[in-house]
Amino acid sequence: MNKVLMSGNFIICEAAIRAGCRFYAGYPITPQNEIPEYMAEHMRKAEGGIFIQSESEIVAINMIAGASAAGLRAMTSSSSPGISLKQEGISSMAACELPGVVVNIMRGGPGLGNIRPSQGDYFQATRGGGHGDYRTIVLAPATCQELADLTMAAFDLADKYRNPVMILADGMMGQMMEPVTFKKPKPRIYNKKFMLQGAGSGKSKFIRGLILDPIDMEEHNWKLARKYEVISKKEPRHEEYNINNAKMIIVAYGTAARIAKGAIKRLQNNGMNIGLFRPVTLWPFPEQQLRSLSAKVKNYLVFEMSTGQMLEDIRLALQGYADIRFHGRPGGAVPTPAELANVIARIYERTVK
Amino acid sequence: MAKIVYQRPKSLKEAVFHYCPGCGHSIVHRIIAEVIDELGIRGITIGVPPAGCAVLAYNYFDVDMIEAPHGRGPAMASAIKRSLPDRVVFSYQGDGDLAAIGIAESFHAANRGENITIIFINNAVYGMTGGQMAPTTMLEQKTTTSPLGRNNKLDGYPVKVSEIFSQLQGVTYLERCMVNSPANVNKTKKAIKKAFQCQINGHGFSLIEILSPCPTNWKMNAVNSCKWIDEVMSKVFPPGVFKDDIPAATKTAEVDS
Repeated sequence: MNKVLMSGNFIICEAAIRAGCRFYAGYPITPQNEIPEYMAEHMRKAEGGIFIQSESEIVAINMIAGASAAGLRAMTSSSSPGISLKQEGISSMAACELPGVVVNIMRGGPGLGNIRPSQGDYFQATRGGGHGDYRTIVLAPATCQELADLTMAAFDLADKYRNPVMILADGMMGQMMEPVTFKKPKPRIYNKKFMLQGAGSGKSKFIRGLILDPIDMEEHNWKLARKYEVISKKEPRHEEYNINNAKMIIVAYGTAARIAKGAIKRLQNNGMNIGLFRPVTLWPFPEQQLRSLSAKVKNYLVFEMSTGQMLEDIRLALQGYADIRFHGRPGGAVPTPAELANVIARIYERTVK
Repeated sequence: MAKIVYQRPKSLKEAVFHYCPGCGHSIVHRIIAEVIDELGIRGITIGVPPAGCAVLAYNYFDVDMIEAPHGRGPAMASAIKRSLPDRVVFSYQGDGDLAAIGIAESFHAANRGENITIIFINNAVYGMTGGQMAPTTMLEQKTTTSPLGRNNKLDGYPVKVSEIFSQLQGVTYLERCMVNSPANVNKTKKAIKKAFQCQINGHGFSLIEILSPCPTNWKMNAVNSCKWIDEVMSKVFPPGVFKDDIPAATKTAEVDS
């Protein structure tokens, strides 16, 4: 497969269709409008592909639930305020153990905020987001190639664990163009017994989230918790960059990690040894992997395009074994690598030397 | 040998309804199951029960079912039908579910002309939560959240779903029925059958609104509840066929069969 130059939002769509996604429902919201636009054309061209422009975000997520129950790979997308509306359905899908992919191209918040890239939805994404005791797997791509690979992986993970999976990117990732190679998707593994397609001549079944008996509901919660435990052990992914000999490690994800990489390269030329730890899965957070680094490196700087949300997971992971500093740019502000390099250099001078 | 004239429909499980005595849900469940049996579609039918008294409908219908969050039934049903176009998909909804929290879902599923059937139970009150005001609660009607009676200045007016939805181009068949007498139950069953048939023939969106007694929350006995539908409720919500765009050719064929 040859390399093609595409923008992030289109890449997500193309990867989804190639991964066998055959149902998309969504509602326009900036900065992810290219997704429903691409899907309107290309999903309807794909064999058996269904595209619906829904009347609301709430409807879109519930359509995904319906299509997923019917046995299709299904996806919806939105940006921050729209993702808040989808939480009812995400909680419901987690309860009913329905697979599905939700894309969040984050923008500035809270409230309507603005349409600039931001990372303020980390808590919402990694803590479930809706009501009740559940988790969603959260993937945070930092390159266009990763947008393609992780979108395909999202469908596999959703099926494997019968749980919603979120792609958490931001307006920068959605709008930027990079060359990308679409890899061959893995064949779908999903048991037909989980699909609701009519009873035929057999026993009827039902899918539900309402379990009135508290003992049964408790057991359902523990069952989900055991599943999340397995995911936490098996699925954390991260990237390490320039870790050997690093005196300080920047922890950042998505667009923030790209900026951090640029800053680190600049500072290398000035003789500063700085590494990057980039979580690729935000839930499950790669906490063991980060903690093991703290035996060697004692200085950490967390950089997020928020007032500090992933910071809490890093504190939990490092458990007081290291010094943790934070730099944040919330509300849609995106620093340049040069600007971030200045910040890092100041902290490096104070803490490392 | 004795002739069987009445028995449990095959599409209804061997379970005792949890509904209150005199409630219309059990009647409607039964006639839907009869229609499913008569059309021979048990194996290809998928039902979407709502949040509300009928949330446990999957304990009674012996067809595949998926419970929708409150009001989202038509969204789910639309997606299931689009994913599996040769299945028969129905959403079963109450007045709060359809006309309040799920009005957008219902309205737009109808407007898209989704080839699904909505069974809409209108009992002018929120049943499961204990008798609060519904979008279909009538003026002057007392509920736990309109204790002095529904006041149009403060609470607005009853939503007339059939009148409103019949204006939508996407709707093919729409009828309002009642289940307060044997004759009306038969009429309702015919309407439901017609709606399912409309879907099976690929003619598009159908909705059957059913005025249904809720003796518990109306604080009446079952007999008076049925009378109240005749004397009060049906005056605000007159029964009848509000829209019938089923092509004439299929109509004749149905009569012949």
